[in-house]
Amino acid sequence: MREGPEEKTLLEDVPWPDEPPVMLPGETYGTVTDTIADAVLTRPIGLGWLSGFLVAGFFVMVLLVAVTYLFIRGVGIWGIEIPVAWGFAIVNFVWWIGIGHAGTLISAILLLLKQTWRNSINRFAEAMTLFAVACAGMFPVLHLGRPWLAYWLFPYPSSMGVWPQFRSPLVWDVFAVSTYATISAVFWYVGLVPDFATMREKAKHPLTKKVYGIFAMGWRGSARHWKRYESLYILLAGLATPLVLSVHTVVSFDFAIAVIPGWHTTIFPPYFVAGAIYSGFAMVLVLAIPIRKYYHLESLITMRHLQNSAKVMLATGLIVAYGYFFETFIGMYSGSTYERFMLQNRWFGPYAPMYWALILCNILIPQLLWIPKLRSNTAFLFLVSLDILIGMWLERFVIVITSLSRDFLPSSWGHYTATRWDWAVFTGTLGFFSLAMFIFIRIMPAISIFEMRQLLPESEVKAE
Amino acid sequence: MKQALTTPIYGLMAEFENSTELVKATKAAYAAGYRKMDAYSPFPIDEASEALGFHKTRVPLIVLVGGLLGGSGAYALQYWINCISYPLNVGGRPWHSWPAFIVPTFEMTVLFGGLAGVFGMFALNGLPMPHHPVFNVDEFARVTRDRFFLCVEAADPQFDVVGTMKFMQSLNPLSISEVPH
Amino acid sequence: MRAVAGQDKSFGPDEKMGKDSLVKIEAVCPSKMELAEAREKLSQAKNGPQYWRCLEELAQTDGFFEMLHREFPRQASIWPADGSRRNFLKLMSASMALAGLSACVKIPEQPIVPYVRQPNEVVLGNPLFFASAMPFGAYASPVLVESHEGRPTKIEGNPEHPAGLGGSDVFMQASILDMYDPDRSQNINYLGALRTWSDYVVALKSALNVQNAVQGAGLRILSGPTSSPTLATLMDQVQTTFPQSKWIQWEPVNRDNVRAGSIMAFGEYVEARYNLEKAEIILSLDGDFLSSGFPGFLYYARQFAARRNPELKEKMARFYSVQGTPTNTSGKADHHLPVRACEVEQVARAIAAGLGAGGGSGANLKPEYQKFVSAVVKDLQAHKGAAVVIPGDNQPPAVHALAHAMNSALGAHGNTVFFTETVQVKPQDQTAELKQLVSDMNAGKVDLLIVMGANPVYDAPADFGFADAMDKVPLRIQHGLYQDETYDHVHWHINGTHYLEQWGDVRAIDGTASIIQPLIAPLYDGKSEYEFIFALVGSPQTSGYEILRNYWQGQMKGGDFETAWRKALNDGFIANTASPAKTVSAKGGNIAPTNTISPEVMEVIFRRDPLIYDGSRANNAWLQETPKPIMNLCWDNAVLMSPNQAKHSGLVTGDIVEIDVNGRKVSGPIWPQPGHPDNSITVFLGYGRTKAGRVGTDIGFSAYKLRSSDAPWYAETKITKTGSGFGFAHPQGFQYIDFSDLPPGKSDDLYGRNVIRKATLEDFMKNPDFAHEGVEAPSPEMTLYYNYQYTELKWGMTIDLNSCVGCKTCIVACQAENNIPVVGKEQTMRGRQMQWLRVDVYYEGGTENPAMYYQPVPCMQCENAPCEVVCPVGATVHSTEGLNDMVYNRCVGTRYCSNNCPYKVRRFNFLLWNDWSTPQYKMMRNPEVSVRSRGVMEKCTYCIQRIAEGRITAEREGNRKLRDGEVITACQQACPAGAIVFGDLNDPNSRVSKIKAQQRNYNLLDDLNTRPRTSYLAAVQNPNPELSESS
Repeated sequence: MREGPEEKTLLEDVPWPDEPPVMLPGETYGTVTDTIADAVLTRPIGLGWLSGFLVAGFFVMVLLVAVTYLFIRGVGIWGIEIPVAWGFAIVNFVWWIGIGHAGTLISAILLLLKQTWRNSINRFAEAMTLFAVACAGMFPVLHLGRPWLAYWLFPYPSSMGVWPQFRSPLVWDVFAVSTYATISAVFWYVGLVPDFATMREKAKHPLTKKVYGIFAMGWRGSARHWKRYESLYILLAGLATPLVLSVHTVVSFDFAIAVIPGWHTTIFPPYFVAGAIYSGFAMVLVLAIPIRKYYHLESLITMRHLQNSAKVMLATGLIVAYGYFFETFIGMYSGSTYERFMLQNRWFGPYAPMYWALILCNILIPQLLWIPKLRSNTAFLFLVSLDILIGMWLERFVIVITSLSRDFLPSSWGHYTATRWDWAVFTGTLGFFSLAMFIFIRIMPAISIFEMRQLLPESEVKAE
Repeated sequence: MKQALTTPIYGLMAEFENSTELVKATKAAYAAGYRKMDAYSPFPIDEASEALGFHKTRVPLIVLVGGLLGGSGAYALQYWINCISYPLNVGGRPWHSWPAFIVPTFEMTVLFGGLAGVFGMFALNGLPMPHHPVFNVDEFARVTRDRFFLCVEAADPQFDVVGTMKFMQSLNPLSISEVPH
Repeated sequence: MRAVAGQDKSFGPDEKMGKDSLVKIEAVCPSKMELAEAREKLSQAKNGPQYWRCLEELAQTDGFFEMLHREFPRQASIWPADGSRRNFLKLMSASMALAGLSACVKIPEQPIVPYVRQPNEVVLGNPLFFASAMPFGAYASPVLVESHEGRPTKIEGNPEHPAGLGGSDVFMQASILDMYDPDRSQNINYLGALRTWSDYVVALKSALNVQNAVQGAGLRILSGPTSSPTLATLMDQVQTTFPQSKWIQWEPVNRDNVRAGSIMAFGEYVEARYNLEKAEIILSLDGDFLSSGFPGFLYYARQFAARRNPELKEKMARFYSVQGTPTNTSGKADHHLPVRACEVEQVARAIAAGLGAGGGSGANLKPEYQKFVSAVVKDLQAHKGAAVVIPGDNQPPAVHALAHAMNSALGAHGNTVFFTETVQVKPQDQTAELKQLVSDMNAGKVDLLIVMGANPVYDAPADFGFADAMDKVPLRIQHGLYQDETYDHVHWHINGTHYLEQWGDVRAIDGTASIIQPLIAPLYDGKSEYEFIFALVGSPQTSGYEILRNYWQGQMKGGDFETAWRKALNDGFIANTASPAKTVSAKGGNIAPTNTISPEVMEVIFRRDPLIYDGSRANNAWLQETPKPIMNLCWDNAVLMSPNQAKHSGLVTGDIVEIDVNGRKVSGPIWPQPGHPDNSITVFLGYGRTKAGRVGTDIGFSAYKLRSSDAPWYAETKITKTGSGFGFAHPQGFQYIDFSDLPPGKSDDLYGRNVIRKATLEDFMKNPDFAHEGVEAPSPEMTLYYNYQYTELKWGMTIDLNSCVGCKTCIVACQAENNIPVVGKEQTMRGRQMQWLRVDVYYEGGTENPAMYYQPVPCMQCENAPCEVVCPVGATVHSTEGLNDMVYNRCVGTRYCSNNCPYKVRRFNFLLWNDWSTPQYKMMRNPEVSVRSRGVMEKCTYCIQRIAEGRITAEREGNRKLRDGEVITACQQACPAGAIVFGDLNDPNSRVSKIKAQQRNYNLLDDLNTRPRTSYLAAVQNPNPELSESS
């Protein structure tokens, strides 16, 4: 895919005058390598990093306490009840999974689309994906009444002779999420191998040398290896692309398959996927903007990346808006009492504030991204991204809780209120996620070095 | 030089400035009839492998096979469980609820395809390989940074230290070094 | 093991059963030695009770305080409270276990006789059944007690009993929990210090010697009313030994008015009984005859249901009710006239006048009632001989007198109403007698006060100052099941026995005498009332068994006593002891009007609680947690008022108001109750106990503090807002509680969901298929897949909305049968109640006078069960008989099934709710139903354990087919109205198939194509055309 001049010219290509390049001039193989590698190898641990690390660590402790108590007492410590038997756990699960979409999307789909600007953000986007999926993965286990039996969801020959029930979307979840986690992990690792080799050579301390050496698996840059490597990389991208789309589709089935008004909707798969990408890119920006500043990577992560991400958010945001609109339209059009009431309840019911906040965060505010001036303002982008993250969380809250709290029989309507333990677990996973990110940027090249080298003009083979 | 002649070596290695040089050199070497050789670079260069006469890999085949096995296996398992091993009336749905079975089938296709590909790739590349003679050359460390190398191996029938050395000098590399075992 | 030997002898009719239960017994019961140890332990735990009280009160008041000041309890975090009360209770139970007893079955020592002649069609699904009777007030509730290896585990109605007809009420169902209540008094003590029975006897004898000298002038016995022939003779003996002594009967929810009314009308107190089977028009004047606890409820409910069957066409009975507080009875009325309790009389007078019955004069009838009155009068006139007027116990004597007058004017006597001698022994004007006692005590005339089975310190009229008066008595002795409020004022406390632990006899409302036989030896070596009273006049060692036998030996003359006795025990009642009908002559003459309350002044109505009754049931967690009929409020009493009034006085649900009844003040949270008359409030008695036990102490407020002897049922009052709020536990959703929450104009039609399908009799006769119009239920053929065939058995259930009286007995029965845990108020508020069966209440029409519909909702056992499809581990799947099986062991607790259940009938163990430590509860549980632990989903299983039992029996009997009615679910069996029918749908002749064939039959939410196996019979009202628009 890399042959042919057209794609090299991407470096300097300028669709319109003020379009920033994907890499600032003056970089060479050496400088690229050093800037990225030294951030890990030579840079001392700064106060900013340390304090962030500690704060994150604290919340991980909160998580541990919350989970311990949860296992001792049972899920009753949460706000869940009948009829709202799913609460924060599922909301957070869907939210984290959604965030976990950006990474693979950037590395796989943009790779296939030859969007080489992805090269400087794919590495930590993938890392982010892994950690987000890890956070998401906790919840399905934690929310079980008897979490120690979670393995019953896997098809293994048990002495009881019973198997999982394959018609249940929860079983699909198990397959989708575990597959997604595995594939993302290997994809990420394969991408890292040549860079581990670089680190191996650059590291001074014998121990670090050895460790990186082990992970590099003796990579030596042989042309034959590169050939196979490249073909696998493309194939993985090819596999990961439908996978990434399938994961949130399957997650949306958790709701779409059910009979509950507000869940039972065919529009769910596409707009869940869009929403996932939406929040995923938001999270990428939330991470990229500070990292770039802190490690002075402005020359590698340029405004071009930020702006493109912003455009992706704008696009997916509109798809999501379309989803909301059609949910409403069908609700009215269907003529079903339950559907109509569901809408009425979302708009004016006890959870109405959540719904309107969601509209504000996910649809209205992001429209500001149309303005190029704001698009090129990092602070603004950061805030909008946060806003979108909140909005997407609210979306899941509205879908899960508002729908459940008032379904078919008015006699069984209820009201859900989160307890402190719900919040403890949620903030705990936020802590876990950040902690993982902090560690990651300290021990691994946060940007794919070898792929950055390819962006340099001199990497091109001049035909004589 | 002297011992070089006497002691058997792994091969000779030439160091180049940039990818263009490397590809040129490789083509020349191939033209000169060398086969047992390899080019090394800090990033993938398709022209280089082409120049080596290394045109196609078996990775795609492995992925295909892995995927097919995973997919068919998953569906077979579900069919066996629901229709043969332990049929149950679940919410009045038929035993063979094929639409429901598609999801795990797809996921398993991807999983097995992907894993097969990764392990296949490393296997074909003979990795992990903790040590390799080329690492004996000090300059070679820069192959993961900004240098390009062509190594002609002693195992090549055409190889002879003096001749090959001459030939390499004709490619005006940055340096030439023997690669000891 | 003397006990076991006795047991062995006992099973004369059924040696085999006796034998193998004998084997089990030995397995369960370690040895006599251990019992001795237990008793020793018990005597060591001297200060135990004290200790619990303090701790408990502490914890309780904290919880209460917190609740009181919490504005949005549902939003409160659970980590401080976090069911800590429950944990605390568990600990308490554990310590109780140590102090109390070893979990060891104790077999009664005298021969008791199992209920072997079971109705041919009925296999009640469990090992041994004993017929007995539960004394309730003065009357007997006939019961069948299910016994597992000598442990009574479940109470059923006795289908053979003329006054029972197999139905049961909440109190019968819950009484099993009373018996195993760990809070029951477990010892004899003197001022809190442990004593033995002989210690007591010594003290008693010396006191009695003194009394002998003065012919017992200083002896007073205060007890609840009774109908026990044996106890009556004992009392006579006491009377003869101590001529000057007095026996005072007191129960707070007494029938003084009935008595006075009867005397007013006939010059004597006769028991009035109604035969609703002959009634085409029923007029209730606050007569709450469809609620548990109303004397004769069991067969009134059944007869009423029978008369309300729309298949009777024109003959279907019409029911008018005039009532203050809305109850499940008034909810069944075709026309309900909500009037203040004090206005019932004027309506009664008007109607009486219209009928030309004596005493009536329609003076000062509110014009808005005129229409109703004239319509009722016309209707009654038109149905002379087939009409009946039922007055309520809490209406003044005048109303009863008027009712009697009307009934005679309507020619009801002998048709729909007939009279017998009173069942109660020596009925008296209880309030007057108690007043006399108090003044005697104050005057120092009383030297020895014996309180037996009464709790006057808690429930005596507030103006008596009973406790203070009582303290003036030199020697005070209490006999009872609990160390209650009165316990704090006595010297001696003798722990009594539960009716399941003792021998005794009691008469049902029709006079039929029943023998109470013990199912288990007294858990805490209590003394029965018989033994306790007998100690006053005879040998203190005489056992209740001897006392009883001696009495009946005297009665059952002629023929072989042994067989007669055995038959009596076997049947649960003594044949032909029903009291004969009695002809009465109306005294006529004018009926003096009761002084009423002026329309401007607010009235407070005192009512017994529908479930806690007068407070004596306060420590029964099942009753506490069962949502009260039509209100669906549990764990509290409230100040009921009309939603209008609440709006006008700016009150919302839970606002705490101070009720002031001439100077006596009590505060309680308000509850807007649709159908409640304006300018009137209702408070339920029985709450605000200070020493009820771990469950009943310090919940709600005590209305007795407001209740005076001159106005026991309604009084003038004024209420003031206190500003603080309160959180109720009300399992049914918010929208019916807080009306502001309803979208405008949506309150009536249930959002057009066709949950309740109903018609008037007219429309029904015109269009019998009304239940299926306007709803499209997809036909079974409309499927891409195949439909499963259920060839063998195909279970199904029908629930008749017309028969259901909303009494909630089914809920308690289900709880008892299926070992369903209690979760407590806090968890109920969080929407985590566990009862598998719920009774939804839907109001139709404005909040002033809505029509009410009761809909019991168990699991629907859908053929296309949405819950099964989404379970990831197949923990809920379909059985070949079409049951929606729940496999507890396989459940991992994703709760997806509950989310996807359109009927929301699934219940989840969010925390560990089943008490695994208390030995009493271990003994109580149904061994055939697994006890669920935390993290597991559960739900109604159509009592699968009973189905299995039935199947096994059928196979044992040569693989025959199950007969219809052979398997009966707990709810079906408990239902006094027979509204629930269960059976095999493959058998076209089964009752359930026949009923499902009726056109009224419909499925709940059938447009979802879930194909429920449980279906409903649409409700049919029979309004009077003249009034219909104002219905």
